[in-house]
Amino acid sequence: MNDYLSGLGALLEQYDVLGAFWTNIQLTFWGALFALVIGTMLALMRISPIASLRWAGATYVNVFRNTPLTIIMTFLVLAVWTQLQVSLAADFNSNFFRLAVIGLAVYHAAFVCESIRSGVNTVPLGQAEAARAIGLSFLPAAQLVILPQAFRGAIAPLGNTLIALLKNSTVAAAASVSWETASTMKTMLEFNADYRWEIFALFAIGYVILVIPIGLLTTWLSQRLAVKR
Amino acid sequence: MDQSTPTTGQPAADETVDAPTSDRVLGAPLVELKHVNKHFGALHVLQDIDLTIHKGEVLVVIGPSGSGKSTLCRAINRLETIDDGSIAVDGKTLPEEGKALAQLRAEVGMVFQSFNLFAHKTVLDNVTLGPRKVRGMNKKDAEELARSLLDRVGVGNQAGKMPAQLSGGQQQRVAIARALAMQPKVMLFDEPTSALDPEMVNEVLDAMVALAEEGMTMIVVTHEMGFARKAAHRVVFMADGQIVEEAPPEEFFTAPKSDRARDFLSKILTH
Ligand SMILES: Nc1ncnc2c1ncn2[C@@H]1O[C@H](COP(=O)(O)OP(=O)(O)OP(=O)(O)O)[C@@H](O)[C@H]1O
Ligand SMILES: [Mg+2]
Repeated sequence: MNDYLSGLGALLEQYDVLGAFWTNIQLTFWGALFALVIGTMLALMRISPIASLRWAGATYVNVFRNTPLTIIMTFLVLAVWTQLQVSLAADFNSNFFRLAVIGLAVYHAAFVCESIRSGVNTVPLGQAEAARAIGLSFLPAAQLVILPQAFRGAIAPLGNTLIALLKNSTVAAAASVSWETASTMKTMLEFNADYRWEIFALFAIGYVILVIPIGLLTTWLSQRLAVKR
Repeated sequence: MDQSTPTTGQPAADETVDAPTSDRVLGAPLVELKHVNKHFGALHVLQDIDLTIHKGEVLVVIGPSGSGKSTLCRAINRLETIDDGSIAVDGKTLPEEGKALAQLRAEVGMVFQSFNLFAHKTVLDNVTLGPRKVRGMNKKDAEELARSLLDRVGVGNQAGKMPAQLSGGQQQRVAIARALAMQPKVMLFDEPTSALDPEMVNEVLDAMVALAEEGMTMIVVTHEMGFARKAAHRVVFMADGQIVEEAPPEEFFTAPKSDRARDFLSKILTH
């Protein structure tokens, strides 16, 4: 029994599990931030009065939503970085990290866009008409009237996208971010097969602890911020 | 001190002309529709509409459901495009899109059947949004203007509330204040009282009558004959996308010329 516990303790000392989770949290934070920016712009394009912008927005969403994230990550590392020599940072690790953030952002932006669009659908058409009637053109009307209400109606799907993003941040392994959770777990399993169940439980529980509050928070927020009509 | 309240929008003497169908002296043409046509697919909803509304005139548009009244209103504000013909407001033809159109829209106030107050903003912010973001007015001036307009329509004490906390009649009066805050040249009302509970209809109509008495140019789609009789200079009767008849309110309600109008009036009068 003592052997078992000290073995487990040594394992946790040897591998920086908390650091690995922290990496995924950082990937998620930056990925979500950029995905939100890109996704909002895409949503604006998709509801804009200009047909070519609508087309471009729809094309982006269909391409990125249907491309596996691993493919995007691998492409970024092997084509954009290795072959095109596009470097985003001086040291290797920062560079891989930033590539992974880009991969996560461009992929999840498609889902953010569709979440916001579902939020736009909760805003009655009369709101946009009233905005236009007082002389607001498309962008001010979107910024002042449509999007503030759309975001409130989109909190639940945006929360789901954030949860997916957190879990998908492990795909950063494909972008050589080898110190994140999935890569760390892989190394730990390879060298400590005796503790396979414990190692799995450690990471699984870690994610459950991260994901559950996001779900609770978004449910609470979406009720609290709901627009009363 | 004797303070005579000046009536805004009263036409200056030199630009007055007699509107043909009105017994009152009205200003120069303000809204001019010429040969306006509009289709929804195969449905010809506006058929060669010619209509001129003069400065200071109150026009009531009446007609059976589906006759194109809303479409007419929405076309004047370019919420609906037209297939051909032209619509001009104060001499300027409605532009296709973009900044110029937004500018022109700001000069045309619109009040919707379903109020359409911005649901995420307080009553005060609903009214200040246009002056601040379209007219570039500073916050203090905009709020002053908004409060005076809210007082004028009798909802000054609701300024801090959200639209959903107000009754329908109060919401519609806020919507009127919001439109007035842009200092429009003409106000469009599309069935402003038909979504209201009966006991709230009069508070909205009273605000509209007051506005008419101050000389505002108004185009009002409504079946409220009391309002038409009290405030309108002219009634236009529409059916199947056409203007079938136009006359001063008394004349129209007591002696309609067309069968369509007689038939329609007999239906709304028996209820
Ligand atoms: N967006 C649209 N697409 C297709 N048809 C439409 C659209 N809007 C209105 N219509 C049709 O055009 C016709 C005129 O509609 P409009 O709303 O102008 O009538 P209305 O006189 O305002 O009627 P109501 O008294 O019911 O409000 C109707 O037959 C209506 O069904
Ligand atoms: Mg209508």
